[in-house]
Amino acid sequence: MSSLSTWAQFWYYLDHNGSYVLSQFTRHFLISIYGVLIAAIIGIPVGILIARHKHLSDTVIGLANVIQTVPSLAMLSIIMLGLGLGVNTVIVTVFLYSLLPIIKNTYTGMENVDKDILDSGKGMGMTPFQILYMVELPLSLSVIMAGIRNALVVAIGITAIGSFVGAGGLGDIIIRGTNATNGGAIILAGALPTALMAIISDLVLGFIQRRMEAKRA
Amino acid sequence: MTEDNPILVYKDVAKIYKGGNVAVEHINLTIHKGDFVCLIGTSGSGKTTTMRMINRMLEPTSGEILFNGEDIHTSDPVTLRRHIGYVIQNIGLMPHMTIYENITLVPKLLKWPDDKRREKAEELIKLVELPKEFLDRYPSELSGGQQQRVGVIRALAANQDLILMDEPFGALDPITRESLQELVKNLQEKLGKTVVFVTHDMDEALKLATKIVVMDGGHIIQDASPEEILRHPANQFVEELIGAERLIQARADVTTVDQIMLKNPVSITPGRSLGEAIRLMRKRRVDTLLVTDDEGYLKGFIDVESLDNNYSRATSVSDILNTKIFYVASDTLLRDTVDRILKRGLKYVPVVDKAGKLLGIVTRAALVDMVYDTIWGDNGDGGDDDNDDTSQPATDDVTGVAAGHNLATDTPTDHKEA
Repeated sequence: MSSLSTWAQFWYYLDHNGSYVLSQFTRHFLISIYGVLIAAIIGIPVGILIARHKHLSDTVIGLANVIQTVPSLAMLSIIMLGLGLGVNTVIVTVFLYSLLPIIKNTYTGMENVDKDILDSGKGMGMTPFQILYMVELPLSLSVIMAGIRNALVVAIGITAIGSFVGAGGLGDIIIRGTNATNGGAIILAGALPTALMAIISDLVLGFIQRRMEAKRA
Repeated sequence: MTEDNPILVYKDVAKIYKGGNVAVEHINLTIHKGDFVCLIGTSGSGKTTTMRMINRMLEPTSGEILFNGEDIHTSDPVTLRRHIGYVIQNIGLMPHMTIYENITLVPKLLKWPDDKRREKAEELIKLVELPKEFLDRYPSELSGGQQQRVGVIRALAANQDLILMDEPFGALDPITRESLQELVKNLQEKLGKTVVFVTHDMDEALKLATKIVVMDGGHIIQDASPEEILRHPANQFVEELIGAERLIQARADVTTVDQIMLKNPVSITPGRSLGEAIRLMRKRRVDTLLVTDDEGYLKGFIDVESLDNNYSRATSVSDILNTKIFYVASDTLLRDTVDRILKRGLKYVPVVDKAGKLLGIVTRAALVDMVYDTIWGDNGDGGDDDNDDTSQPATDDVTGVAAGHNLATDTPTDHKEA
C-alpha cells in the first residue's frame, strides 16, 4: 500500500470500502437533517411567536445567540453528560445550533413583510391565521429557507465532530485515518464526502431559495 | 340616493388614545347610498382615523357607527371587512399572488366556486381596460397605475357596496392619477357604489366628491357638497384649504360646458368639395372647419393648411379629414375643460352630446368672459356689454399669434344669447 501515492490509495480505499463510506455518508446526512428538521419544527413557530410579541424577541434571540457561542466540542461533551454516548447527543447538539439561524431568519422574514400588505390583507377581511399562512409565511419563506440552509451547512460540520461521542458518520472515517500511520487517504475518504455534502446541500437549498424568490419577481 | 336609508351613520364618535391624545372627536356624519364622500384635511386631522373606524381597523373609544342600520360593534370584524372594499395608498397587492389571485382574494375567503371567481375576475379586468392576459401576471410586472387599477377592482370583487379608499392615488404621477380618478368616478356612478375617500388634495376632492367632509384637529369643520364648500366655505381654514386660486375658479367648478359654449359652430359634411370648404371658411372668416355627418355627429376637422397642401390632389372634404380631434361632453364641468384647453394649448374645443352630436364649441374667448365675470362679478345687464368688449380683443390676439382662432366668428352674435 505504501508504494501507492495518496490519491491512488484514496481511490483504492473507496473501491474496497465503498459501501461502508456510503452507509456512513447516509448516516451523517440523516443526523444533520434530523437535527435541522427538529430545529425548524420548533424554531419557525418560535420565530413567528416573537414576531407577534416583539418584547420577547430580544430574550429569545439573545438566548439562541448564547447557545451559538459555545464551542461545538464543549457542547457535545456537556450534552453527552446528560444523554450519554450515541446519535441522540449529536442530534440534540445540531438542533441547538440550528435554532439561532432558523429563529432569527423567521423573525426577520416576518418583520420584513410590507406593513401595507398586512394592512390591506386585514382590511379585506383575512383572519390572523389566514394572514399568517396566505401572506406572511409565503412572503418570508425564502428568508426562512436561507436560515435552514445556513443551519444545515453548520450541522454537517458539527455531525463530523459527533463521532467523538460515538454517533458514527463520516467523522468515524476521518478519526480512523488520523489514528492510522500514513492515514492520509483514509482521512480524505472521510473529509472529501463531508465537504461535498456541505457544498451540495448549500447549492441545492440555495437553488430552492431562489426559486421561492423568483416566483414573485 | 335613498335619503331614508343611510348606508353609514356616525353618532358622536370619538377616538382617544391612551394618555388623552385625541385623534377624532364628536364625529357626526351621515353617508347615503351612492354618495362619493371625500374626507379632506391636513396630516393629523383625523381623516384616516375616521375612515379606518368603519371597517374596525380602529375601534372608536365612544359613540357608535351604523353600517346599513346595524351597529358595527356587534358584528364580527372579519365578516364586516369582507363586505367593505378597501384600497390603500401603497396599493397593497400581494406580491406573491397573480393578479387573478389578488382580485379574487375576498371571493376566495368567502368560498366562492372557482368558475364564479374566474368569471368575476375577467369581468372586472375588462372594466378597468386592462388586457385579460394580465390575470396571470404578478403585480411587479405591472406599472404603478396598472397596479392601482387592480387595487381598485379588487375592492369590488365581492360586490361590496361600500368602498374605503385611503389616499389611493397619492403616489402616482399626475397623468396616471387623473385617469384613475376618472376611472373610479365612472365605476362609482355606473355601479352605484358608495365610496369613502381620504385625500389631502382639494382638486381630487372637488373632482370626485358628491360630498366633501373637511376635517381639522380631529373635528369635522364642514360637511357639504363641493359646490356648497366653494360658495360658502365655513371658515378661514376651509378657505385656505381650497386656496384663493380655486375660489376664483369656483365658477368654473359649477358651470358646465354647455352653459358657456358657442352654439352653431361652422361645420361641413365630408361629402362636400374642397372648393365649397374654402368658400365657407372665407365667408365665416375661420381657418378650420368641424366636419359632421348629415345627422350632425362629429367626425373630425379640416384646416386651411391641409386644404392648401392637398388642394391639387384631393377633391372632397373626406380626403383631408383629420379625425384626431379632442372634444368634451356637454355636461363636463367647465373647470376640467379649462385645464385641458390650457394644458394642451388648444384654441377651441368642440362640445358634443352623449351620442356624439356636435352641439357647439368652447373658445378661449369664452374663458376670458368667465374669468372676467369671476373677477368683476356678475354686474347684471350692464356687465354684459363689457364682456363682449373684453372678449373681442382677446380673440384677435389669439388669432394674430396663432393664426388659428377660428370658429369664434360666431362670438358676437351667439355670445349675447349665452
